[in-house]
Amino acid sequence: MVEWTDFERATIQDVFSKINYDVVGPQALARCLIVYPWTQRYFGNFGNLYNAAAIMGNPMVAAHGKTVLGGLDRAVKNMDDIKGTYAELSVLHSEKLHVDPDNFRLLADCLTIVVAAQMGAGFTPAVQAAFQKFIAVAVSALGRQYH
Amino acid sequence: MSLTAKDKAFVKAFWGKISGQADAIGQEALGRMLIVYPQTKIYFSGWTDFSLDSPQVKKHGKTVMSAITDAVGKMDDLIGGMSSLSDLHATKFRIDPVNFKILSHNILVTLAVHFPTDFTAEVHVAVDKFLAAVSAALADKYR
Repeated sequence: MVEWTDFERATIQDVFSKINYDVVGPQALARCLIVYPWTQRYFGNFGNLYNAAAIMGNPMVAAHGKTVLGGLDRAVKNMDDIKGTYAELSVLHSEKLHVDPDNFRLLADCLTIVVAAQMGAGFTPAVQAAFQKFIAVAVSALGRQYH
Repeated sequence: MSLTAKDKAFVKAFWGKISGQADAIGQEALGRMLIVYPQTKIYFSGWTDFSLDSPQVKKHGKTVMSAITDAVGKMDDLIGGMSSLSDLHATKFRIDPVNFKILSHNILVTLAVHFPTDFTAEVHVAVDKFLAAVSAALADKYR
């Protein structure tokens, strides 16, 4: 089981209460598709992903970005059993969606950048450390059921 | 993943915007790395203060960022242009190249914190590619 300090618990609740899921989700996913274009392989039916502007304005990307943040929210609310919370999601990503788990790391990096931009100076090194630890646990849980 | 003309243009333009704060960015990126990835402290075993405003972090952050700024002007031949720095890292410092990726990530985070509007997705991908190319040039002489 993951050990969380009081500071880490408080920081994760605080960060996720401050960010707007409807903005951060879409921005993080769009950034991932732009910065790591091979991730577009999973979104063949999303229509126009031809350039950065098209990706940023694509409504299906935006909708899916919100879905992803909704999924993260479940981990925020169940920090003591993220592995269990994500068991079904992990199976889904492995067996149905066939997503290379390294892509979770790429999306996590983009999410970190977007949250850093949103929070500015409030994204101190200590907050960054707690945030990245939480995201790493979520990423690990999402890859757990792959075989 | 080689640097296109478009990448180089984005990097040069963005560096023009941030050059006045390059030293501070270097300091903060290094400071973040030492705090968020504590294993990186092993390369600075003689240091006494790993905090963000430590004089040691400030000085070394400036050294590293100056070399990176220098590399902006050498994008047409990074391997040639960084050859002596690569020798130094290969034979004297022997920093495991995985750490170049870690520092690069913390530079990106620092840029996002201080330039949220300028650090667009297109700038992000260009700078990410640039830092990866710099890292590869730095590791070029390793073996």
